[in-house]
Amino acid sequence: MPKVSLWDLPDLPQNQLPPHLQLQKTRVVCNNDAPTNVRSTENITYSGAYAAIGVDNSLRLDEFRKNFKVKVIKLSEEDMEFDLIGIDASIANAFRRILISEVPTMAIEKVLVANSSTVVQDEVLAHRLGLIPIKVDPRLFDYMSENDVPNEKNTIVFKLDFKCERKSGERRTVYSHDLKWLPFGSEYVLSTENSSDPTSKPKTYTSFTSSQDSLPEFSNNPITVTPGIIISKLAPGQEIELEAHAVKGLGKTHAKWSPVATAWYRMLPEVVLLQDIEDEDAQKLVNKCPVNVFDIEDVGKGVKRATVARPRACTLCRECIREPGWEEKVALRRVKDHFIFTIESTGALPPEVLFSEAVKILEDKCESVITELS
Amino acid sequence: MEHGSYQDQSASTFSLADEDHTLANSLRFALNQDPRVAVCGYSIPHPSEALVNIRVQTTGDPAKEVLKDSCQDLMMICQHVRSTFDEAVADFKNNRGSESE
Repeated sequence: MPKVSLWDLPDLPQNQLPPHLQLQKTRVVCNNDAPTNVRSTENITYSGAYAAIGVDNSLRLDEFRKNFKVKVIKLSEEDMEFDLIGIDASIANAFRRILISEVPTMAIEKVLVANSSTVVQDEVLAHRLGLIPIKVDPRLFDYMSENDVPNEKNTIVFKLDFKCERKSGERRTVYSHDLKWLPFGSEYVLSTENSSDPTSKPKTYTSFTSSQDSLPEFSNNPITVTPGIIISKLAPGQEIELEAHAVKGLGKTHAKWSPVATAWYRMLPEVVLLQDIEDEDAQKLVNKCPVNVFDIEDVGKGVKRATVARPRACTLCRECIREPGWEEKVALRRVKDHFIFTIESTGALPPEVLFSEAVKILEDKCESVITELS
Repeated sequence: MEHGSYQDQSASTFSLADEDHTLANSLRFALNQDPRVAVCGYSIPHPSEALVNIRVQTTGDPAKEVLKDSCQDLMMICQHVRSTFDEAVADFKNNRGSESE
């Protein structure tokens, strides 16, 4: 930075920091060897940080409301990409953690195997069945604790009945779409000592008082699983006969209950050319970048200058500053409060609903702390 | 659960069970933004045990009230995030619907 006399420094409007401090506060500087200024815990986020210069650093709620923006870039049934601008990393990370582990889903937990002559062991089969995503809204169901009886409010029952005929001579594959939903509950009868009442319905492993089919959400919309997942392969003469019970759970307990394939965020990259880069250097720069962040524009008089065309695509591979001398020409930074979130759902809930639920869960956590303290 | 002194209400440690970095880091951020807070931080005594200790030292106000206010602030932040997000998604869907017509 060029040396300027104290009297010649420009006057700043109230409540604004000088530019070099503003840079340190809001940007992560990515140098050739390592990023600096990363952790906001380096004494910059507490409210009195810049009190000596008379700048108020506290995040008052109205300021936050004014500056916070959300921009949706891509939205489909399975995944979405959106920007959260003006929020702190700790809250964005809290959302990411909740999306992965604390939004509930339904997944197969108990597998009752009546007959399995496959080469796949029972427990391996049960493990694979548990990982299959079930496309149902988990908010329609309750949790099942150990003392609860499995009923239509907390269990979904699937049946798998598959036999590979001996005469076909070919191996057959068992797919996830071969799982059939049983809206009336379990069909396997519990063995009881007293069979004194032959007219009453035999007790099964679940006690559904009414069929799940009768609920409005499921009447025309049968519960399915993600199709096309290979469960097992059968050779001629082998068969599988089992029943799978699905319950509600959290990703914290087991990853099969995680509603997202994954959810991640990255901070918006910022590429700034510190000097004018022209002609040969400009062409070299454009060729170096593997994701085409830079472009050449004709300034006139035959002079070609490099410009930053797509900073968002930058992966910060640092190819452009790797060679000596380039670090003074190109500055790579990340904006500390602009997060590009990507959520990939496994199908139970659409991704925008998942994010909404995650925010609700953080609110509920705060509320439980407040009630615990009162 | 609050561990503090009856004489000096302005500094105490709160032990939250069944919590981890998810809530603790966000609460720590919200606490830092409050000008009444002198020192705040959190620690997790052992990663296998779901317990978080949040330390709050204020410039005079009782620490419990300040923590409650910060929880409220965090809730307002979440509510605002949710409403802005829902609006943005609705806008995006409308724009996409009108484009494909």
